[in-house]
Amino acid sequence: MTKETFKRPDGRKLTELRPMIAKAGVVPNADGSAMFAFGNTIAIAAVYGPRLLHPQHMQDPSTAILRCNYDLLSFSVSDRKKPGPNRRAQEISKVTEWALLPVLELKEFPNTVIDVQVYIIQADAGTRTAGINAASMALAHAGVPMRDLVCSVAVGKMDKTLVVDLTKEEEDFEEGEGATDFAVAKVANSDEFTLLQLDGKIEPETVKEITRLATKACKEIYDVQKKALKDLVENGKEDKKK
Amino acid sequence: MSSMDVTNLTKETIRKLFAVGKRFDGRKLTDIRHFEISAGVSNKAEGSARIKIGKTEVIVGVKLSLGEPYPDSKDKGNLTVSGDLLPLASPRFEQGPPGFSAIELPRLVDRAIRESKMIDLGKLVIDKDKVWTVFLDIYPINDDGNLIDAASLAAVVALSEAKVPELDKDGNIDHDAKPKKKLPLTDEVAPISFSFFKLGNSIVMDPTREEEEACDSRITFGISKKGKQYLINSCQKAGQEIFTQEEIDKIMDLLPKKFDEVNEKLKKFL
Repeated sequence: MTKETFKRPDGRKLTELRPMIAKAGVVPNADGSAMFAFGNTIAIAAVYGPRLLHPQHMQDPSTAILRCNYDLLSFSVSDRKKPGPNRRAQEISKVTEWALLPVLELKEFPNTVIDVQVYIIQADAGTRTAGINAASMALAHAGVPMRDLVCSVAVGKMDKTLVVDLTKEEEDFEEGEGATDFAVAKVANSDEFTLLQLDGKIEPETVKEITRLATKACKEIYDVQKKALKDLVENGKEDKKK
Repeated sequence: MSSMDVTNLTKETIRKLFAVGKRFDGRKLTDIRHFEISAGVSNKAEGSARIKIGKTEVIVGVKLSLGEPYPDSKDKGNLTVSGDLLPLASPRFEQGPPGFSAIELPRLVDRAIRESKMIDLGKLVIDKDKVWTVFLDIYPINDDGNLIDAASLAAVVALSEAKVPELDKDGNIDHDAKPKKKLPLTDEVAPISFSFFKLGNSIVMDPTREEEEACDSRITFGISKKGKQYLINSCQKAGQEIFTQEEIDKIMDLLPKKFDEVNEKLKKFL
């Protein structure tokens, strides 16, 4: 176990997640949608499809194709981000796709595409993980067959201390060994990781510890996601009664 | 609902309904849907607002950056309005270079705000070659018609709550310092955009997406009020159908009434 050399600026315990808010059905036009927030980081996701893929040569007769798009709203960060995808956004779009694909049963929808649109409304670190949580819920809401939800969280190493769900302030920590941010996504109810991404420096043993911490955090995230989806179903029924 | 094109049959049904003053959702032709605006939806933005009008939802955010003045307006800060029709917001929107409506939307919002002089750009000069650039960025979250008018309402609220960032001693933006100064605005001037859509001989306001698709033309006005005087700050007609003199007269009579009606509701959110 690493030594506790780091006190969190917002007073959270080391393994404590920021307050989470999740809501399904936030984009009425979409076939499925959801928002997910870790504290000040707010992501929304919308799913369109399965729908016929154009141009035709991109179609795959054996399966549906998953297409993810992640981006920040221009004003969601301190220095305005020029609208439109940059390389970072393109990369995150791709890893989001890879994080979600393992749970989806796409063979049932040949020649189609499922578009997942993820946008960050307010950024305070952990945007890709919040985005994946929202996207996973949106896919479930859309009724895309999936064997489980995907949950995602970032675990960081501040100097020598491991902390769950970093804020931007923590991400910018520079003392000692500095901050390393490890983004993890996993299948909710099994030990299958679908996203592992980091920059920085971390020992192999620490990685083992980090994935275990992430697994614990993902259980909490899963509960929040599941509750939001259930709420929608139950409220949906009430609407129909009226 | 992956395709939202309006069929000829639907269009004809909507035309017939409009002709007897009716709409699918029970509104009268010039009724505007109920709207709610919440400010401060994105905390890194200098100002932001979210509007929900019917099922249409738009987020508008303001960012300020340091820049140089344009050569033809050395004594003024700059305003740049942009918009992005995110594929998040509708199955009709696609990734890639902006189509015409993505270009038109921010331009119309820009002109209403710029021409009304709502922002006091003269007060955004820092020194000779350094001014603030105000970025106003528009993102539809769910498109169910009338994006231009919705965006302009949210823009007014986002600008009203916008603050000017603090500068550090080197003259750069200090993101850690809490901004104190409000964005300089002209008192009481808030432009509102009103779009009128035409199908057959009927003129409707605040269409849903389906109604908007069915209509043949649109005319959009940016209007503000100074004291008791109503001022049209911008106007743009779109679409291939004409507006007659009679129709224009009718719209001109309606505009001040609609301005007062919406302005009254808008004040709640300022």
